[in-house]
This record gives sequence, structure tokens and C-alpha cells, in this order.
Amino acid sequence: MNEHASAGGAATFAPPAAAASISVQGLSKRYGDIEAVRGIDFEVAPGEVFGFLGPNGAGKSTTISMLCTLVKPTAGTATVAGFDVTRERDAVRRNIGLVFQDTTLDTYLTAEQNMRLHAELYGVPRQAIAPRMRQVLEMVGLWERRSSAVATYSGGMKRRLEIARGLMHSPRVLFLDEPTVGLDPQTRSSIWSYIRELKSAEDITIFLTTHYMDEAEYCDRIAIMDKGVIVVLDTPAALKASVGRDRVTLQTDDDAAAIAEIAERFDLSAQVSEGAVTFGVSDGALFVPRLFAELTVAIRSVSVSRPSLDDVFMSYTGTTIRDAEATALDRNRATVAAFRRRG
Amino acid sequence: MAATTTTAAAAAQLPPPAAVHVPPGSIRGDLRAVKIVWQREMIRFTKDRLRILTSLVQPILFLFVLGSGLSHLASHGTHGVDLRTFVYPGVLCMAVLFTAMFSAASLVWDREFGFLREMMVAPVRRSALVLGKCLGGATVATFQGVIVIALAGLVGVPYAPSLIIAVFALLLTLAFAITAFGVMVAARINQIQSFMAITQMVMMPMYFLSGAIFPVTGLPSWLTVLNRLDPLTYAVDPMRRIVFNHLHISAAARRALDPGLTWWGWRVPSLVEVAVVAAIGLVCLAVGVVEFSGRE
Repeated sequence: MNEHASAGGAATFAPPAAAASISVQGLSKRYGDIEAVRGIDFEVAPGEVFGFLGPNGAGKSTTISMLCTLVKPTAGTATVAGFDVTRERDAVRRNIGLVFQDTTLDTYLTAEQNMRLHAELYGVPRQAIAPRMRQVLEMVGLWERRSSAVATYSGGMKRRLEIARGLMHSPRVLFLDEPTVGLDPQTRSSIWSYIRELKSAEDITIFLTTHYMDEAEYCDRIAIMDKGVIVVLDTPAALKASVGRDRVTLQTDDDAAAIAEIAERFDLSAQVSEGAVTFGVSDGALFVPRLFAELTVAIRSVSVSRPSLDDVFMSYTGTTIRDAEATALDRNRATVAAFRRRG
Repeated sequence: MAATTTTAAAAAQLPPPAAVHVPPGSIRGDLRAVKIVWQREMIRFTKDRLRILTSLVQPILFLFVLGSGLSHLASHGTHGVDLRTFVYPGVLCMAVLFTAMFSAASLVWDREFGFLREMMVAPVRRSALVLGKCLGGATVATFQGVIVIALAGLVGVPYAPSLIIAVFALLLTLAFAITAFGVMVAARINQIQSFMAITQMVMMPMYFLSGAIFPVTGLPSWLTVLNRLDPLTYAVDPMRRIVFNHLHISAAARRALDPGLTWWGWRVPSLVEVAVVAAIGLVCLAVGVVEFSGRE
């Protein structure tokens, strides 16, 4: 389907040098007939911000649930902070912080009461609770609002409070499952500035999932997941370099004819995605004049873009992330993913 | 002012990287979990003043409206004892019954709103969480019962210390058992509406069959059987015995209104009855722990 498919599909990814913070071998999860995660391998180094990128239904949430000991793997092993996720469940739980997609705060309580409750459940030494709470609440800018009931918080404030709460017991790994989903763009970027600040302030590994391409750029490394497998894993820069091509997007009067002509005259494989004909070329600016000269189908508009992570996703999976999601129904994500795989 | 000083002190001693060290799991950690889950119930209850009032409406209706309204009709059968005095022990149980069940309902609520997950992923035993919840519900419900104890004087029941202590202990046992029962049910239910429907379906028959509003002798045999199977019976009967021990009424009235519960003609001692309630509570607690341990 494209030049990366063979390289990406069965590639083994070189482990980081230091003792891994997260180490995963052959991890799989099957729900009845449906394989939500189909044998994945990867390692995350201490201090890394590691992103799992993929459409809804790709298996990201199932993977994160297995790493957080919430779901038992059907095959394979995983260690987090040096502990096995199935055999040393409580040790893993003491060493990880969790921020879920949906809020898990008690909105009747104040921020401070939520934090204290968490500290008590995680056995934070009593004398350490007050200073630590202040430190993490200040980090997310909620110290002044600590005595307000969480019910009065905005969506962004709740998410920040959840991040602070996840850090309360000084976890070695922080898991963020879609930390910015459902937030407005401004709040999203503020959440990211807290995450970046956190990385410099704490000795912590951050594992997050997202389906926003622009957010994946904040990660040190990204694994692109699609249909239960890791398609490719590398730094954002390396991934973009691997695509190495400009993306040309055309609006035409007849997309099918345009695709046929492009294949015939330039030997390029174009696709329709999001209502436009799109293909990659090594130098888009030089190519556009040739396109106009040789194509007989009327062109209504043309744009050329430098490679983005969207293109990376497109290049490795043959679809844009939005199209991939459009095919997946919100409910029964795994089911839909399985049916698509069966073809 | 106190808060400002603490804040200043905390700021002064704030170490730059305040990374905390979390010790491995222990009995002490589980006890802290029990305590904090209990405390949360307390915080939520004291914030919810409306709930304190609304859950008193039903007992007060039964005590004053039903008790006063039917007193004329019932005057021949009560040997001169005020009907309100007769239903008072049952109303004590009722106050606890509904409050305890609503406390357990908050578990379903917590699941719907996500907070349950925060507790379920914590590195503590599930039994600690369930126990904390049951103790919290029991405390809240007993508090509600204490308000009804305070009404004793209005229905001719004396404020004797021995009576208050015995009633309190019995209410606490009952409240714990009912909360444990509610928690056991809540473990399998995801929607608050379903839980409320089950509550109505179970609580009202339990209350009516328990003998809270009628003496348990001379009943049709089908009703006797149902009465003896109703767990609440084993709280209402000793409650009535405690209250009637402190009343100055004729022996005939005592025999008619507080005949005592029998199993095949054997009068069941109060301690056995209380043990039945406690045992049911412990069984429900154990089942609840198993159910919650199995989830996620």
C-alpha cells in the first residue's frame, strides 16, 4: 500500500539504553473474539515523555489499562517502574499516577479534600501531605482555589487538579489517558505547558495517549497505534523525516479521473481523503507547475504542505486519523476495530 | 487566622523537591484507607443538610400522623397505651433503615460519576474500602436515629440513660447491617435509578412485615412466616422490648403490645435477635467485599 508498510509492520524497536521505566513484551488483550491489542512490544526510558497516538478504537486505552493494572492481559508481559503488572499489582499502583479520560474527582469535596483523600489512600506519610499538596497544587496553579468545592471548577481546572492529584504520591510514572480531550484549544495548550513544566520539575516518566496530532509533537517519542498494533515508533522529528515528502492536496472536478491521470503521467499514487485528492512528492513547489501543465482534469484549488504528523499517520496507516475515527463508532470501539480487521 | 499561620509555616519549611516516599502496603495503610473513606462520608453528610431533613420526614410522618391519626381506632386494642408510643420503636428502626440504604446508594452514584475508580485503583485492599463505606453509612444512619431518640419525650418514652445506650447500640448494629446489605446490592448495579427502584421494592415490604406497626402474635400463618423471615423483625422486636422495659404499663398491655418473637413457640432472647442482625450484616459485608474485589 505504501513504502513504509513493510518497514513499520514487523519492526523491532531498539530499546533505550537505561533500565526501562516501562517495558512491554508481546502484550495482548482479547475480549471474546475481539483482539483489542495484538501483541505489542516497546520500552520507555526513565524521564521520557512517551506518546501513544492513534484513532479511537486503535487499542490505546486498552494498553494503558493493562499497564495501570486495571485490565489483565491475555498474553505477554509488562513491567512498570520495575514491577510486573499482573504479579505485583499493588507495587505498580503505588508507583504510578493516573489521569483518566473521564473525571474521577469527588465534586462535592474541595480540591484540598480530594488531595488529602488521595494521599491517605496511597499511604503518603502524614507530615509529607501538606508540603507536597502545596507543591503540586502550585504547579498546576490551583493553590489559591484549594478550598473551593470541585463542583465550581471549569473542565480545564478539573483536569489540572487530576494531574496534581496523580502526582500527590510522587509516582515514578504518570499515565495520562487523553489528557486534553474535551477541552478548548486554549486550555489544551495550558495543560501542555503544565506537563512540560512537570517534566522539568519532577523526576518522572510520562506516558500519554492522544488522538490529536499536534499534541504528539510535544512527546520525546511517539508510537503510532492502529488496529491493535504499533505501526511505527520513533521521535516526532525522525517520523516526519521518514515521510520526507511534501503533501499536495487538490480540489478537482473529477477526483477519480485526477487520481488515474496522476498515476499514469507521474507514476504517483494519490488518494482521496477528507474530500480532497492528496499525494506526496519530494518537492511540492517545483511539482505544482508540472501538474497544471499536464493534468487535463480541471483543478479548482491546490495546496502544498510540509510533512506533519498527520502525514506520518497517513503514510503508515494509509488513512488520516479523522477518517480512521469516522469509521470507528464511538461505542464498542474494540468491536468495530475487529470487524474492520476482518475486512 | 489559624489557616494563615499554617500556610506561612508550610511555606517556610517547604523543601524544594518535596518528593514523598510511599511505604509498601500494610495493615496500617488499610486502616488509613478505612478511616479516610469513613471521613469522606462524614464530610458529605454534613454538607448535605437537606438530606438530614428529608430522611426525617418519613419517620416523623409515621410517628405523628399515622400514630395520632389511628390512635382513636386503635384505642380498644392498646390497653390505654398511646399508639405513638407503640410505633416509636419501629420508627427508630425506620429512620436508620432508609438513611443507611441511601448511604449505600452513594456507591452507585460514585460509580456513575467516576469517583469510584479513584478508590478502586488505590493500592489498598478492597475490603478496607467496603468496610470504610459501611462504617460511614452506619454512622450517618445512627446519627439520624439519634434525632429520633431525641423525640422520645414527645411520645411518652422516658429519657433513661440505660434506654438511650441500649437503643443507640441496637441502632448502630442495624445501621451497619443495612448499609452492608445496600453495599452488597450496589456492587452489582450501575444506575442510581435501578438502585432506587430496588430500594423501594425491598425496603417497604421489609418495613411492613417487620412488626414495626403491629404486634407479631396472632397473625395469619402466612404473615407469621414472612415476618419471621424478615431481617428487620430481629431489630424491631428487641427495640420494642428495650422501650417497653422503661414504660409503666399494665401487664395485659405489655402482653398484647410486646408479646415477643417466637420460633416454634420458643421466645427468642434479645441477644440472639441482635446476633441475627449482626450476622446478616457480616455476611452482606463479606459478599460485598468479594464482589468489589472481583471488579476491574
